[in-house]
Amino acid sequence: MSAADLSLLQRPNDRLRRRRAMNRGMELLALLAAALAVFILGVVVWSVAQRGASALNLDLFTKAQQAFAGPNVKQGLANAFAGTLVIVGLATALALPVGILIAIYVNEFAPPRVKYFVGLTLDVLFGVPAIVIGFFVYGLLVVGHGQSAFAGAFALGVIMLPLVARSTIEVLALVPNSLREAALGVGAPRWRMTLGVVLPQTVGGIVTGTTLAVARIAGETAPLLVTCSLAGNGIAWNPSHALQTIPVAIFEATESPYASDHALAWAGALVLVLFILFASLTARWVATRNRRKLARSR
Amino acid sequence: MSTLDTTTDVARRPFSGRRVRLGDLLLQGTAGIAALGALVLVGLIAWKVIEGARLSISTFGISFVWHVVWNPVLGREAFGAGSFLFGTAVTSIGALLIATPIALGIALFLTELAPTWIRGPVTALVETLAAIPSVVIGFWGLLVLAPLLRDHVMPALHSTLGFIPLFGPPGPGPSIFTAIIVLTIMILPIISSISRELFLGVPHELKEGALALGTTRWEMVRGVVFPYARGGVAAAMILGFARAVGEAIAVAQVIGDSLGIHVNLFFPGDTIGSKVALNALGSQSGLEFSSLFYLALILLVFSIVVNLLAQVIVRRVARKQGVAAS
Amino acid sequence: MMTGETKGETVFASSTIEPAVRVETKRQPLPPRERLEQVFDIQDLTAIYGSKPALKDVSMEVYKNLVTAVIGPSGCGKSTFIRCLNRMNDLVPSFRQTGTIRYHGQDIAGRDVDPVAVRRTIGMVFQRPNPFPKSIFDNVAWGLRVLGMKDDLSGRVERALTQAALWDEVKDRLKASGLSLSGGQQQRLCIARAIAVEPDVVLMDEPASALDPIATQAIEQLLHDLKSEYSFVIVTHNMQQAARVADMTAFFSISRGAEGERSGELIEYDSTEKIFTAPSDKRTEDYVTGRFG
Repeated sequence: MSAADLSLLQRPNDRLRRRRAMNRGMELLALLAAALAVFILGVVVWSVAQRGASALNLDLFTKAQQAFAGPNVKQGLANAFAGTLVIVGLATALALPVGILIAIYVNEFAPPRVKYFVGLTLDVLFGVPAIVIGFFVYGLLVVGHGQSAFAGAFALGVIMLPLVARSTIEVLALVPNSLREAALGVGAPRWRMTLGVVLPQTVGGIVTGTTLAVARIAGETAPLLVTCSLAGNGIAWNPSHALQTIPVAIFEATESPYASDHALAWAGALVLVLFILFASLTARWVATRNRRKLARSR
Repeated sequence: MSTLDTTTDVARRPFSGRRVRLGDLLLQGTAGIAALGALVLVGLIAWKVIEGARLSISTFGISFVWHVVWNPVLGREAFGAGSFLFGTAVTSIGALLIATPIALGIALFLTELAPTWIRGPVTALVETLAAIPSVVIGFWGLLVLAPLLRDHVMPALHSTLGFIPLFGPPGPGPSIFTAIIVLTIMILPIISSISRELFLGVPHELKEGALALGTTRWEMVRGVVFPYARGGVAAAMILGFARAVGEAIAVAQVIGDSLGIHVNLFFPGDTIGSKVALNALGSQSGLEFSSLFYLALILLVFSIVVNLLAQVIVRRVARKQGVAAS
Repeated sequence: MMTGETKGETVFASSTIEPAVRVETKRQPLPPRERLEQVFDIQDLTAIYGSKPALKDVSMEVYKNLVTAVIGPSGCGKSTFIRCLNRMNDLVPSFRQTGTIRYHGQDIAGRDVDPVAVRRTIGMVFQRPNPFPKSIFDNVAWGLRVLGMKDDLSGRVERALTQAALWDEVKDRLKASGLSLSGGQQQRLCIARAIAVEPDVVLMDEPASALDPIATQAIEQLLHDLKSEYSFVIVTHNMQQAARVADMTAFFSISRGAEGERSGELIEYDSTEKIFTAPSDKRTEDYVTGRFG
């Protein structure tokens, strides 16, 4: 005869009550933690939106930021937007092909040991703080030549590289082997198989990964501090000079006591955050849709 | 992590003795060079940073690491990382201590406790927090968070817990405390998302076995989920800590750029990253700039060591779970 | 005693079928049903996952200190049924159930009943052994500690392991990981873990299906030995096993509803002998004579 306390179902004893209370308490704490994170996000986005919206006008995109300007001079962040476009574009142009090539080598050609080491290298690269990368590029490209958007783009490219390589490796691995065998089976050489059959399957994933990487580096400030921060006034596009960028503009505004600089920075932050949110959410949504499609077709 | 899971043995047999195709050679060649380039890049980074720091290394030697001094006045120049090492340690450890329980709570909420329909959106929201650039968080931190902390939170903490030297009288403005809060916000998503993946990976049968005994959800989590995920959570904490250490911009915007070691969290301070960021453009001399390189070198060494440490932990966890699964 | 799958001899002169399995006659005959104490009284139990009904209108009783087997073809809802008895289906988000499950007179199917308390007295052993990644001792002791049965902990652990016929094999290595045991030993460890917390009923969802014949035999022997202390409900796809161990047998099968949707249904529930030698329903007869399933 078991000594089970059947009455527990009707009259919970103290111990059970305590355990239930503990459980309830923990559930509440977890809920609070999640609510806190969402709340913080909300507060940050709300602050940026509220303060940035007031300075959000056409001038923002058409006029450049003037140092030491009086209160009546219309200002904007046109030079920073231009510079960001140039630098991010250059960085992508640098990192994308190299990242894809690395991914192709790792997934299609590398023996296991090499694969492991390259993976390790990518991880190490990913872990190097952005400011250290900035100093590295300073030593590499700025010493003797001066700052330039090229240098800034190179630094951002180094940050982008492990991101693009990793995500491309993942999508390459998703391509089923049967596809490769089919291509080889008709007598195609490996390079044709890789470029003509495997790679096209991964375009969606590469676009997604690159978009996320772009969203990431668009806001990077540290690597630009020593490579591309001493920009002249006025809207400029020449990458051999240092160009103003949105993140650097915001960083500089942090030091400035002028409210007008702050207003511009809030507006710039708003545009930046909106862009990043839009890019990230779109990329993730596309990725989830692709994943579902792939799962269904298998 | 470095467990690349690719499945292309079929295509890996190299040139099978027949005519070597130019296309194959070109592709494998350029791709191989790119991969080699990544390795070379890491080496280049180390080389250039060491080169930049050489002047400072030869002047100050290893004692730079712990000397608390930063005097750029020409003629009496002396630089050391001690003050900033302290600041980095305090801010990063503080952020880790605060962020970890919150992150674990979030991960638990998203894997065990929340209704299914809410999990997706909240997960996306937490990841969105990670996407906000550090310069924006730092800017917000200075103009919105810092006044709030200075006017309300710090005086309250000081009046209630003032007997602890950590919560001394609030300082003039920027403070270590603000930096800790900012860093907490930044590393929260990392620890949370890695922990979430770990908790999702706990085998369903294990959880059912515990619940079938008549334990509550929390008891099951404490007895089965946490022990199972223990190694991975340690790795997540290490990665979060590394992120906090490497963060230069947001900290620079809120911490106040002050020298010296003191216990009061409400006073300004400096970390390695923030010092480098703040002085990068204003440094007067070659020696000072080289000392900044020296600081960057310390960061570089730290990041590599931490990365490898996290790898080791991940590999050990994977092996243990392999045993459990068999 | 192991019986093979033979077209066996009919055991009773009055039986009308040639069952696919032999029913062991050495077991005690059951007292009449009115004199058996009820553990479960299930009425019109219907279980639905999302929009698909898994079980429809199941009504039966489960009696104390007996082994009750639930047999039937795959997909007939046997696992769903047994998991209703200890509210394990609560873990599936899309699960709904209607009907009543009276446990010693109290309905445990209602929303207001705490599943934690239910599972405390109605334990479960699963199909695949799932010991915790803890030591053998802690596997059994963990539940005891959580539930507050910490007095004489090592004594309780030893008793549970002895009842599960595992003590002699592990007494010298209680600190070893539970995962270091063989499959059959792990399953016995799970049984020890379940009975350590002194449940009233032990549910078993195909407890031996992942085990080799020798381990299976050990488990079946356990059922026989422990019957006097616990009531067992065991799901099995192995008819010979049901014939060997069970006192009562419930046969579930798949039926098609009005719109053609498939759901599980209780076809017949009776003493094991009757089910295997003189079933009332033709579908039961088809199943036990091996004509389908």
